[in-house]
Amino acid sequence: MSYFSVDSVSLSFGGVRAIRDLSFDVAQGEVFAIIGPNGAGKTSVFNVITRVFNASSGRISFDGKDITHVPRHRIVDYGIARTFQNIELFEGAAVIDNLLLGRHRFPYGNLISEICWLPNIRRAEAESRARVEDIIDFLELAPYRNSLVSALPYGVRKVVELARALATQPKLLLLDEPASGLNPEEARDLAFWIDDIRSDLGVTVIMIEHDMSLVSQAADRVMCMNAGQVLAIGAVDEVQSNPTVISAYLGT
Amino acid sequence: MDAQVVQILQLTLNGISIGSIYALVALGIVLTYKATEVLNFAYGDILMMSAFIGWGLIVVAGIPFWPAALITILIAAMLGYFLDRHVMRTIVGQPQFAGVMLTIALAFMLRGLVSMGFGPTSRSYPTPWTGHITHIGPIVVTDLNLVILAAALIVTALLFLFLRYTQLGVAIQASSQNQLAAYLCGIRVKRLNSFVWALTAAMAAVAGLLLAPIALVDISLWFVVLKGLAALVLGGFGSIPGAILGGLLIGLIEQFAGVYLPDGAKEMSAQLVLIGVLIFWPRGLLGEAHGRRV
Amino acid sequence: MRFAYDTSYSDAQQLLRYRSQWICYGALAIALIVAPWLLPAYYVGELSYLFIVSIASLALMVLTGFTGQVSLGHAAFMAIGAYTHTLLLDQGIGFIPSILGAATLTGFVGFIIGLPAIRVSGLYLAMVTLAYAMLTEQIIGRWKDVTGGFTGIPVSPPSLFGYDLSSLKGFYFLCLVILVAVLLGLINLMRGRTGRAFIGVRDSEAAAATLGIWVGGYKVLAFVISAFVTGIAGALLAHHLQFLTPDGFSVMLSMELVLMVVIGGLGSLRGAIFGAILIGMLPTLISKIKPLLPTSISSQFGLETFVFGLILALFVMFEPNGLNGRWLKLKILFENFPLYRRNTFRRGKTYMHSERYR
Repeated sequence: MSYFSVDSVSLSFGGVRAIRDLSFDVAQGEVFAIIGPNGAGKTSVFNVITRVFNASSGRISFDGKDITHVPRHRIVDYGIARTFQNIELFEGAAVIDNLLLGRHRFPYGNLISEICWLPNIRRAEAESRARVEDIIDFLELAPYRNSLVSALPYGVRKVVELARALATQPKLLLLDEPASGLNPEEARDLAFWIDDIRSDLGVTVIMIEHDMSLVSQAADRVMCMNAGQVLAIGAVDEVQSNPTVISAYLGT
Repeated sequence: MDAQVVQILQLTLNGISIGSIYALVALGIVLTYKATEVLNFAYGDILMMSAFIGWGLIVVAGIPFWPAALITILIAAMLGYFLDRHVMRTIVGQPQFAGVMLTIALAFMLRGLVSMGFGPTSRSYPTPWTGHITHIGPIVVTDLNLVILAAALIVTALLFLFLRYTQLGVAIQASSQNQLAAYLCGIRVKRLNSFVWALTAAMAAVAGLLLAPIALVDISLWFVVLKGLAALVLGGFGSIPGAILGGLLIGLIEQFAGVYLPDGAKEMSAQLVLIGVLIFWPRGLLGEAHGRRV
Repeated sequence: MRFAYDTSYSDAQQLLRYRSQWICYGALAIALIVAPWLLPAYYVGELSYLFIVSIASLALMVLTGFTGQVSLGHAAFMAIGAYTHTLLLDQGIGFIPSILGAATLTGFVGFIIGLPAIRVSGLYLAMVTLAYAMLTEQIIGRWKDVTGGFTGIPVSPPSLFGYDLSSLKGFYFLCLVILVAVLLGLINLMRGRTGRAFIGVRDSEAAAATLGIWVGGYKVLAFVISAFVTGIAGALLAHHLQFLTPDGFSVMLSMELVLMVVIGGLGSLRGAIFGAILIGMLPTLISKIKPLLPTSISSQFGLETFVFGLILALFVMFEPNGLNGRWLKLKILFENFPLYRRNTFRRGKTYMHSERYR
């Protein structure tokens, strides 16, 4: 059984079928890219994995565990973190607090000791802070540590969201269009970071991306989707030269 | 006919009559909400102020009912236009919460002004129908109730025709679907918002002039906004037919609760309906499901 | 300009980090301790009242400012706290168990009222809480056997460990101590994991859920904490009023509390206190100003309501960050004195996402 697998998953809203009988596997330590035209159901795949939507049928498993019916807020405990297409940061909080929120799932004292700020809370806070500072160093966010998210430019917000996902110490990272809205320089940095996340942190990455230069630089395998179905899975150039993929993008 | 049946018919008629005022209030609120994305908590106070203006014109200035009513409606419309043009427009584009707070602030200011201008005493004014009674079979109806019913029907029908068949009405519909898209199509959304405020304020004046003869001209008239909200929620928030249906139902529920349920149920019924519907059935009767995409 | 120079991660957890802060807060503490001996009796009572509304305002700030849940019905929680405390005292229960019992019961009611928050939010929640407050007022008025109905019930004077605290100074210090305790507890809660989770729920429920925050649970928790603290404020208010009637806990009081948090500045405990001070003092200020106004205005009832509305409107229109936002701006102005740029806090124009439900 593979590390992460989506097994014949379907998703429908009323009569609309967003995903039809979709299956794919991702190996541990792989960078797996999902491409496809707009409305192909790529983000819906992420939403089903992170339990925003209930799959109508099918099964999703990760690291030997069935996660098809796990409550939404428990998904992170299985080591799955994600980013969003239209940045979902906590606008009214500083960058550092956004990252500390990523540490929410780790052990902490109870409510009473938090109200009294007992030593166990002090230790947990210092520990969280130390972990978060590592990520700030890794993604070069130090200049923005105490700025409010609402005051940051778009490119930095994208990085903060990536940093927040990393703060949960995931085993599987879902990136929804990480390069959209980035300038070429930022996109290049991102490709290196994704490489480091995989090789240094040992995180498996699934990303939805339109930028094919980033995909070919960072991804091991690519899946192309259209109308909620798989068109092709394989190495980047294989999929790019696949006739059905080309016709899906260009029309017939 | 059986006394029981007569009572039920009587209550139904009274309920529909008072309910049509609630429906008018709900209609005004939902129209503002759909077109301008602001939930107008000051609506009840505009209504209350109109009732006081009507009293001032009829009793103090001695103007006959019809011209006085017309002047009141015009004054209310100007007030609505002014409030949007010079107050609400400053916070366009800010979160919904700002709109709620600003209308609450307006409500306080209007309430304060009325109570400074007229004092805390309750008043009443005569209408052409005060004291007249009509017999429909075994049921006794005050003419006022019939007039209320007729006026509410006329206003609703006019509103329907306006929204359906005039360019301005269609523009309001477009803006209520998507303000930005409407703006890009050349609709001057801000000006339209001011017009909607004027229109709904005029409707509030009609409702206020109708409500005052059966309830007394009093500061507490603003409470009717809560009935309107309950009607909106029951009918399905954001649905215009739902607002009318909800208003009539709240009117009926109140009348029947007053007779068949223990003391106090009449005053609490609208609130109970609001809470119950929102918790167990947030869509209401004619509402649509809502949610947010990520 | 000051820079935080931390040598360990626990340095950042100090509440007072600079000597200037120690001096300022120390001076404030001394001023508050000696105040009852320096001020006329009337103002000591007023200060106690300000402490009580500050507690309630802090409680509402947790709910509205940090979790983003509007409550237009907090007066009902105050009423439940006040009546429960009074009734428990009448049963001969001591002050501390009684106030804790009142707060716990209020917290439980907060749990019940918070449950709908899992399903409804924003405007809907505002309407639910408003309706709930009006219901509570009606029920208290009609449940004559227990609450005394609209005629009201007297409140027994507070006493602690045999000391009578009903004197002005005694009650002043009782309120001050409870306010400081509540404030410190909430500061800790809001800077810790729970407070961050509240902010997460406020700013993006979708993202909060993916980080492991149980959104519904935290929404209800915010209601429970807020109601618990409001219950404490209500119990103290009972002693301040000395006689309870349902009219004392009307929609107007709920609105005043909302005014406090909005004017103070949402999302800041300091703002809650600023707002409580301004709104709490307003009736006194207005009564001081009234003799200066022409009698045609000053003799009327509506002036206070009007001024409340006017202040709220001005803040929403011109200073949405409230008194706390103004305070931060002034602080930065003084810290960078010659270098302050006027546009530091200018808001960029953005397109608003429609928050409408349909």
